[in-house]
Amino acid sequence: MEVPILKQGPYLIASIQSALSDADLVQLRDKLVEQVGRLRSRGVIVDVTALDVMDSFATRTLRDITFMIRLRGAETVIVGIQPDVAFTMVQLGLKLEGVPTALDLEEGIAFLSKKDSSPAKEASPSGR
Amino acid sequence: MAQDIRETRDTRTTFGPAHQMTAPTAELLRQLVAHLRQNRTQLREEWARRITEAKLLTAMTKEEIFAEATSVYDNYVEALETGTFEALQAYARNLSERIIPRGVETHEVVGIVLLLRDVLARSLFAKYQNDFALLNRILDAYEPAANRIANTVAVGFVQERERVIREQQEAIRVLSTPVLQVRERLLILPIIGVIDPQRARQLTEQLLRGIRTNRAKVVVIDITGVPVMDANVANNLVQTVEATRLLGATVIITGLSPEIAQTLVTIGVDLGKMNTVGDLQGGIEEAERLLGYKVVTFAESSPDHARQ
Repeated sequence: MEVPILKQGPYLIASIQSALSDADLVQLRDKLVEQVGRLRSRGVIVDVTALDVMDSFATRTLRDITFMIRLRGAETVIVGIQPDVAFTMVQLGLKLEGVPTALDLEEGIAFLSKKDSSPAKEASPSGR
Repeated sequence: MAQDIRETRDTRTTFGPAHQMTAPTAELLRQLVAHLRQNRTQLREEWARRITEAKLLTAMTKEEIFAEATSVYDNYVEALETGTFEALQAYARNLSERIIPRGVETHEVVGIVLLLRDVLARSLFAKYQNDFALLNRILDAYEPAANRIANTVAVGFVQERERVIREQQEAIRVLSTPVLQVRERLLILPIIGVIDPQRARQLTEQLLRGIRTNRAKVVVIDITGVPVMDANVANNLVQTVEATRLLGATVIITGLSPEIAQTLVTIGVDLGKMNTVGDLQGGIEEAERLLGYKVVTFAESSPDHARQ
């Protein structure tokens, strides 16, 4: 099943609605990395609220997405990891290191706008 | 020949109720029981006296000891007579239930049953001292049954004790892991007592659920009340912190005692990625800072005292 990617202001939101095959995940990764540049987005939110399992491939793909997006000049945040999923993940040693996480979509947006405003404004001379 | 006798006796020790025994043995046991019934009062008193002498059951009064001694004695004789141990087992369990809360120890219970065995054996020696062969056969019948009785009572007592311990552990588990909200988006989790893997798991689950329902951003885990920490517990703690991060919350650990700090460094557990603060107060202050709170007194907040 394809994951819809929604544009919301300066951010892209990918909301995963059901369990994904490995191919779907790769496709999501490619689409996000492509669109983040085309739409000049400053942040990406991947919402995994609906997932009740997270295997090693999914974890790695999320990590890859984060690092690739970072190379494209934007920030990624994974939101909505369920408590049980989080617990299982750490037991399996899947830690998502270096990947920002947030409680839900709202928190994710808050996280990105904070990131967006603080260092970026100071750095850019124009200060838009 | 001697070997054969021993073998039959051994099987009897473990499995043989009276009706499965060879006829002469059953007859001997009957004789034995009759003897014990006849001398009930005297033997019972002798036994109670020796219990007091050996300073067993010190938690109980003389009268209580005598009353218990009477019923143990009767149950004992009955078990010898019938060769069935159910009644004795039930009695042992009931007795244990009554005396465990009063602090009676395992060695005392085993001690009194062994004393009874000795008292009865002595009386048999006295009775049959003129006929050594008969005494031998009587003892052959008596000893396996007596040993089995001692076993039954001791096992019953230990089982009961273990049941009590299990119940108490469960009670502690239920009581001991509150997840408390102290400010909007700030939870504290004071851990008291020993953490075993099962408790660590339960704790983590409760915390994660709490984070979700309270939409918490920062969690202060206070381990002042944790007496010891080994590699397993430390790893459980690391897992808890990682799982919390996956939900987008930050963990601050407070109250690491000097001993625990030393242990962790010595065993080489990596707590480097963890946010640790000395005490709970400091932890809460740090959490407030992360959340953007600033606590000021009324004096400070009045216009004359601008922020320094």
